[in-house]
Amino acid sequence: MARTLIHMPANARKGEVIEIRALIAHPMESGYRPDAGGKLVPRDILTSFTCRYNGATVFSAELHPAISANPYIAFFTVATESGTLEFSWQGDHGFAQTEKMPITVSGS
Amino acid sequence: MTTRRQLLQAGAALPLLALVRPASATPEEMRAAISAYTGGVLPKTGKVVFDIAKLIDNGNAVPVTISVDSPMTAVEHVTGIAIFNERNPETDIVRFTLGARSGKAEVSTRIRLATSQKLAAVARLSDGSYWQQTVDVIVALAACIEGEAP
Amino acid sequence: MKPGRPAMRHSAAAVCIATVCAALAATPPDTRKSGAEFMSASTQAMQRDDTQNPAMLWVGGGEALWKAKAGKTDRSCGSCHGDAKQSMRGVAARFPAFDKASGRVITLGQRIDMCRQGAQQAAPLKPESEDLLSLESYVALQSRGMPMNPPQDPGTIAAAARGGQLYRQRIGQLNLSCAQCHDENWGRKLAGATIPQGHANAYPIYRLEWQAMGSLQRRLRNCMSGVRAEVPPYGAQDLVDLEAFLSLRAKGMALETPGVRP
Repeated sequence: MARTLIHMPANARKGEVIEIRALIAHPMESGYRPDAGGKLVPRDILTSFTCRYNGATVFSAELHPAISANPYIAFFTVATESGTLEFSWQGDHGFAQTEKMPITVSGS
Repeated sequence: MTTRRQLLQAGAALPLLALVRPASATPEEMRAAISAYTGGVLPKTGKVVFDIAKLIDNGNAVPVTISVDSPMTAVEHVTGIAIFNERNPETDIVRFTLGARSGKAEVSTRIRLATSQKLAAVARLSDGSYWQQTVDVIVALAACIEGEAP
Repeated sequence: MKPGRPAMRHSAAAVCIATVCAALAATPPDTRKSGAEFMSASTQAMQRDDTQNPAMLWVGGGEALWKAKAGKTDRSCGSCHGDAKQSMRGVAARFPAFDKASGRVITLGQRIDMCRQGAQQAAPLKPESEDLLSLESYVALQSRGMPMNPPQDPGTIAAAARGGQLYRQRIGQLNLSCAQCHDENWGRKLAGATIPQGHANAYPIYRLEWQAMGSLQRRLRNCMSGVRAEVPPYGAQDLVDLEAFLSLRAKGMALETPGVRP
């Protein structure tokens, strides 16, 4: 389980546009980096990031080796209803991890 | 990080140097990648703001923010944002998928840049139109007087 | 005006001016600059904002380790030290420090490992390991913003003095000393990068070049390797003495841990 840090408000008004910032610890080994002996270190990257809001996908990203290590992604979504936001990362060698954050939306 | 001394000591220096310098993307490949993303449509310049430092400390982690001028309503919104480059080993950097529920067409991330080059951010809108913005960035490489001690 | 009065007024004024001048001369302006001042605006922003600073991943890991029970005693750091925000406040600013029990000056990382092995009876934390860097970052964060405050005991002062000699000593095939770059040529360019003053006020740091968290000793060893000198192993007394000197050199500067550097 990689360490993650997700920043988003716990509460919002219905219709409010909220910002979400997600960080995950991962080397994003590009496959183009030589080791001390000159051999290329094999590729090992995260390839996708998805945000689901009560099951509906509201944002996603397809990641390539040019995304820096310990990927940081910030994006926006509209607070529509109370519930759970799920953040999923997938990557090489079967990497899969999901984190959940609750949200309380007033006026919904 | 491999030092020149280590490379030379490895003996067969030339093949190793070839390994160390992988083929990089080209301007033609970036044009082709953009064309594939837009289905052949030439993106119009505008609406997209590509926020990135022009002079970069270290190419390993360069913050970027792409924002697109759009009301983000159900009928008029951004559906995708993609970033391409000219000189990294691969042309694609990242492709974001947005929608009416995004509320604001703005994304931020940190990217790797192998060297000074041109970058392009292309936005896909719900009406089928494509918009782009390009930037030229200068990447300062790490000081030569340093090595990773084992 | 009565005769004699202007002369007295002049000399009183002269004494006043002289005193003020002397006072100003006694406190020369602080020309020390943190490494952060030599970075681009976007790298500075990365350090300033906890929601984007990649080092916070290690701080989060450190917080989890602080709370987790470990070792044969089945105790967490918190079992003895309680809430780190209170108990660890100011601690990182006072390291390296002389440790009476072992009779030598030790770094914060070594102190944490001593607790790990001694009080918790747990496995040692290897230098540069994820766990040790995480704990160090979490503990040092509790001193963020506080002035570096190295101890004044004879042991620590002696270590700093030895470290100062090492700092000024030319080493390696390139025959360079730390002082030559970081005291005499800071602000100038070296292969496209600006030479910073080399203050140790932000460690452990997330270094963009490493794409990971690392300690001051990692940075020192890299510089030594860069000038083609023999590199002492992690924990060597020379490296600890250098750290002690650098803490003294940065005395009074605000701690920025967890720092971000290019």
